[in-house]
Amino acid sequence: MTAPAQVENPPLTCSEECLMRPGNTNCGGCGMSVGLTFLSRALREAGQRCQLVIPACCGIVTAGGYPTTGYSVPVLASTFASAAAFAAGVAAVRDLNSESHHVICWAGDGGTYDIGMATISAAAERNENILYICYDNEIYGNTGGQRSSATPPGARTTTTPAGKREGKKDIMAIMAAHRIPYAATLSIAHPDDFLRKIRTALLLRGFRFLLIHSPCPTGWKSEPGESIELVRLAVRSGLFAVYEVFDGVRYRINIKPTGADPGEYYRRQNRFPADSINLDDVRSSLKASNDRLAKLAEVFPAGG
Amino acid sequence: MTLELVTGNHAAGYALAAAGEANRFARGAACGIYPITPQTEIVEYVAKFPFSKGRIIAVESEHSAMGVSIGASMAGARAFTASSSNGLAYMTENIMVAGLYRLPIVLAAVNRTLGPPWNIWADQGDTLYLRDFASIQLYCETNQEVLDSTLLAFRLAEDRRILLPVMVIMDAFILSHTQTETDLPEQALVDDFLPPLLLPHQLNFDHPATIGGLTWPRETLSQRIEIDEAFERVPAAYEEHRAEFRRIFGRDVGGMISMEDTEDAEAVLVASGTIASTARQVVRQRRRRGERIGLVKMKMFRPFPGEALLDACPKAGKFGVLDRDYAAGLGGVWWHDLRSAMQGRRDGAIVQGYLTGGCGGDVTPDMIDEVIDDLLNRRSAGKPVWKGIDR
Repeated sequence: MTAPAQVENPPLTCSEECLMRPGNTNCGGCGMSVGLTFLSRALREAGQRCQLVIPACCGIVTAGGYPTTGYSVPVLASTFASAAAFAAGVAAVRDLNSESHHVICWAGDGGTYDIGMATISAAAERNENILYICYDNEIYGNTGGQRSSATPPGARTTTTPAGKREGKKDIMAIMAAHRIPYAATLSIAHPDDFLRKIRTALLLRGFRFLLIHSPCPTGWKSEPGESIELVRLAVRSGLFAVYEVFDGVRYRINIKPTGADPGEYYRRQNRFPADSINLDDVRSSLKASNDRLAKLAEVFPAGG
Repeated sequence: MTLELVTGNHAAGYALAAAGEANRFARGAACGIYPITPQTEIVEYVAKFPFSKGRIIAVESEHSAMGVSIGASMAGARAFTASSSNGLAYMTENIMVAGLYRLPIVLAAVNRTLGPPWNIWADQGDTLYLRDFASIQLYCETNQEVLDSTLLAFRLAEDRRILLPVMVIMDAFILSHTQTETDLPEQALVDDFLPPLLLPHQLNFDHPATIGGLTWPRETLSQRIEIDEAFERVPAAYEEHRAEFRRIFGRDVGGMISMEDTEDAEAVLVASGTIASTARQVVRQRRRRGERIGLVKMKMFRPFPGEALLDACPKAGKFGVLDRDYAAGLGGVWWHDLRSAMQGRRDGAIVQGYLTGGCGGDVTPDMIDEVIDDLLNRRSAGKPVWKGIDR
């Protein structure tokens, strides 16, 4: 497929045209909120509308209390494990009626990596015509900060008080293994790349999966004002690889790590106890995973 | 009229498909499906049906099957699915959501014993345990009743005064896998009976609501009271749609309850599903011997038609309730509900529970005779009596 033309991004104001209306109660420094404003902009520029399916997560709390809603589009709350199933039903009826709006799942990592995994896998295997966006804050945020399979090693949560011993699930590899048309990782510190990937996803049909590295100052025990800087550090140090996979087999790395010190990323968040991270181990495992990704992109390139 | 030899599963599949097809000039039909013995043939039937405007999505679990049907219904399609036993248990969270979202989804359920241990035979425990969620439940006695009740279920579910899911329920194998002569109505008649669905709270860009977000105690309570009011309207609405069914199809879909010699009966058996057929034969035989015995067949379980039952049995002082189920620590579910319905209305009555045919056991005419003998000899009600097992 050809990449969509670059569109100049006008300043975004949180207006009625924004998916997320003014007055919501989201935390300061919330990456999910930034992601929603970027999604709004991409949709507006594409002249397209969406219906959202949101499982239990901060995204549904964003709507606020009945009878008001923080969203400017129709939203269907799903049970925790069911976002991709509810969305498959909504999208099937949209397609039966030749309607053009997008059906978008907006879900956290708990609903995606953990409880929703079987549902998402099945929807991806059927190549349902939905856009699934996971904002990954690496923690169960609503319930006060418990580990998920997206929690990185070393991170302290209320259920891993000494720091998580296990690794972070490689959900991109899982989704790519379904050979879906498009899977990509997005960082809110890189808005041009972020917006381009949403546009790409909006142009495609079938199951599309976007993974947003979404800072959560409440869970990460970090300064809200440093959210963007933190996820930028994650990209530069290689802790969060920014890439895209077409049809599950053709890879492109979009933003290469600059060799920044991962230690800085860990030090600026109080979720990582000092003794839970061995930086030498981190550097060697980062090198291995980024080398592997670079090799994939070299041998199986996404092309022009 | 075309009579064909079909199973209960075939009858249910036929009705679900015809109902979905009848919505082809509106937003179509869509649903999620997943197999489980003994209902699998139902979902196979709808998967094979050549819908003009429909999509059947074979998913990875019962939970997702109802999830897809919820999404489809919320987008305005006619939606349905089918399940049994542990499948219903796995689907439960989304069955609850379908009710709370006021979605007119029809669920064909084939009663099978909940496991472990694995047992595929009939037991109503898998649907009765869903009693506290917002779904109407209709239990069927014949394959024709399965077919007709499934069609009626869509009318009832989609009635704007109601807007609740409806479960149409049959006994495993006794109905699901047994062929009997059944009238399979032509599509044109089904089209007449089921007008295009227009869901009032369909996902809508003109009114971009968040459906299922945070709601305060007072508003949530209002929603529960609205559900209660909808259940209150079910009996009258049921009779209206029953009359319309008779007008279009020329036969009776059956009442919420139906009576056999209850007007002057001193003792009444209360049964549902196929046990009612056996009980009816025994009651008729003993009537011929002059015993003042009657039978109430319960088709509707939710809302519980307790008042209708009492009105139909003005003279009865003894009720024997036949439960093909067991609620742990309690006894039979129908028995328990009937005792509640009696409270303050006929406090002196003896209401005795008999646990018959649970876990797939046969309920024979001899067993019904024993139940009647026991009931007639009673001076007071006691603990539920297990039948069909020597211990």
